[in-house]
Amino acid sequence: MSWSTDARARAEALVAGYPEPRSAVMPLLYLAMREDQGLTPDGMRQVGEYTGLTSVQIESVASFYSMYKRGSVGDYVVSVCTSISCHLLGGDEVLEAVAEETGVASGKTGADGGFSIEGVECIGACGGAPAVQVNYELVEGVTPEAVRLLCRWLADDQPAVVSSDQMQTEFGGIRSFDWGPAEPGGATGPVPAFGPLGTEGQRS
Amino acid sequence: MTERILTARMEEHPADSNTLHRYEATGGYATLRKALAELSPEQILDEVKAANLRGRGGAGFPAGVKWGFLAPAEPRYLVINGDESEPGTFKDRQLLERDPHQLIEGIVLSSYALGVNHAFVYIRGEYARPARRVQRAVEEAYDAGYLGENVLDSGLSLDITVHLGAGAYICGEETALLNSLEGRRGEPRLKPPFPAVEGLYSKPTIVNNVETISNIPWIVANGGAAYDSIGPEGSRGTRMFSLSGHVVRPGNYEVVMGMTWREMIYEIGGGIRDQNGLKCWIPGGASAPWFTPAVLDEPVTLDDAGRLGSMLGSGAIIVMDETTNVVAAALSIVKFFSHESCGQCTPCREGTTWLQRILERIVAGHGREADVGLLLDVCDNISPGLRWPPAQTTICPLGPSVVSPITSIMSHFRGEVETMIRQAEPAGV
Repeated sequence: MSWSTDARARAEALVAGYPEPRSAVMPLLYLAMREDQGLTPDGMRQVGEYTGLTSVQIESVASFYSMYKRGSVGDYVVSVCTSISCHLLGGDEVLEAVAEETGVASGKTGADGGFSIEGVECIGACGGAPAVQVNYELVEGVTPEAVRLLCRWLADDQPAVVSSDQMQTEFGGIRSFDWGPAEPGGATGPVPAFGPLGTEGQRS
Repeated sequence: MTERILTARMEEHPADSNTLHRYEATGGYATLRKALAELSPEQILDEVKAANLRGRGGAGFPAGVKWGFLAPAEPRYLVINGDESEPGTFKDRQLLERDPHQLIEGIVLSSYALGVNHAFVYIRGEYARPARRVQRAVEEAYDAGYLGENVLDSGLSLDITVHLGAGAYICGEETALLNSLEGRRGEPRLKPPFPAVEGLYSKPTIVNNVETISNIPWIVANGGAAYDSIGPEGSRGTRMFSLSGHVVRPGNYEVVMGMTWREMIYEIGGGIRDQNGLKCWIPGGASAPWFTPAVLDEPVTLDDAGRLGSMLGSGAIIVMDETTNVVAAALSIVKFFSHESCGQCTPCREGTTWLQRILERIVAGHGREADVGLLLDVCDNISPGLRWPPAQTTICPLGPSVVSPITSIMSHFRGEVETMIRQAEPAGV
């Protein structure tokens, strides 16, 4: 299995953005996750080919970072913050509600591949605690009831693109600060939505 | 106290403060144009030194002094630390998202001063939305001639690469960040050599926080002396504070330092939710020892926080009201450090894990009488003497950081810990 033409072009552009190819390992790992919806041995081998490293070296890097997920990942990764500011304002109850609503325990991926649920450390949304992310798109000021609705919406509507702005409007509450203008874009899968990775989609 | 250096534009133009159009229309990049035409790199360096701008990432090291350490070898690099992950901190997120061109102008000015041709903005992976905003602003700046070959016909060439992290707090430590940027595990390096001598690819490198560099356009425009005239000695300029927890009005506030903690919590933060009493607060992010109402009338400055046995750190103030279970709160922080320990150094790797396990059993109602002493003993192994500033047995300060919540609850709320343990049901945990 080799990467799509788009992924290969992006990989070359990413490598060219650094003085040394090895620096592209991190963005390339995201690209590998985008291609296979999770990190596979084949994906890591491809990253090695672009950077001149062995699969073992790539795996050693990938295993250090919590956002590189080996094996398959759900369509929607729901990350619930339980660090101090969210803990003080009910983050633990939010995580319980998400796990109960989706039927997927924290740290697990559901059997149907719909959801991956995780309790995570601080996501920089402390002024809008408690906060969650869906595919790294943020929703601030949530409640256990609101995240149940959020998960139900994801399961029922299966949105192709999830965006912070849309979810915040429909399910969020207090924000850390005024977010400024709305963004049309959002995440197309369980990888941060970022232009150079080709993971940013436009909400229809 | 209404001085605004960093946030005036986003407050006045909430609809488009992130765009090049608005940035230029409000005077943006005029400083760069003037500086490239009229100032030498040394003159910019002198202004930043004169400003007495202290780093806004956590350590508070003077930026101009750090710049002065940059070794002459080439190439040199500038790396912007946008890995903001200290629990309680969300100020850089706002600066990245709402005024990315202010940061970019700061990067170009700094690169000119430092002789840098390639700068990196390392943004934590969970900040997808801010990273998109910065990436778009970088593209706008290239198109407008503020980046790329021969910036504004000055002869300066500068590229910016936006790099996403992948969920590791430790990469906010500057040498771990550099390893991460090199495509390695984010493990901190032994210092010396410091990055200014051997940093990215072993070349001279300056690593500065997002907020630090966002101040540079104002400093170059108005002069270092003007910046140095704002705020008390040792805490010059304005500063972004992130207020969270049980306050009525959480959020980021750009303020001149020197007000009291009472003003910070009760006026700026609007007081405590439900009109509850204040139990304690963390003055500078999860790594900082906690304060209690006994110091409410002390001034908010870097040096005063240090004198009182804590720090302003990353500017994150986490407020806890009288209903807070402080042992559970300490556990949340210890769990954070346990999860984020990179595992290189035994005191940190093992110590954070043991502290978490002991606190978990206390919170679960299975505490043992010996646990108070055991917690302090484990802490003493991580940071001998339990003093402030902490002694370090580890490569980086993450290890001693886990000690702060434990010593805080032991010095201020020991009775509560002991009561929890006394009420425990015996169990074989």
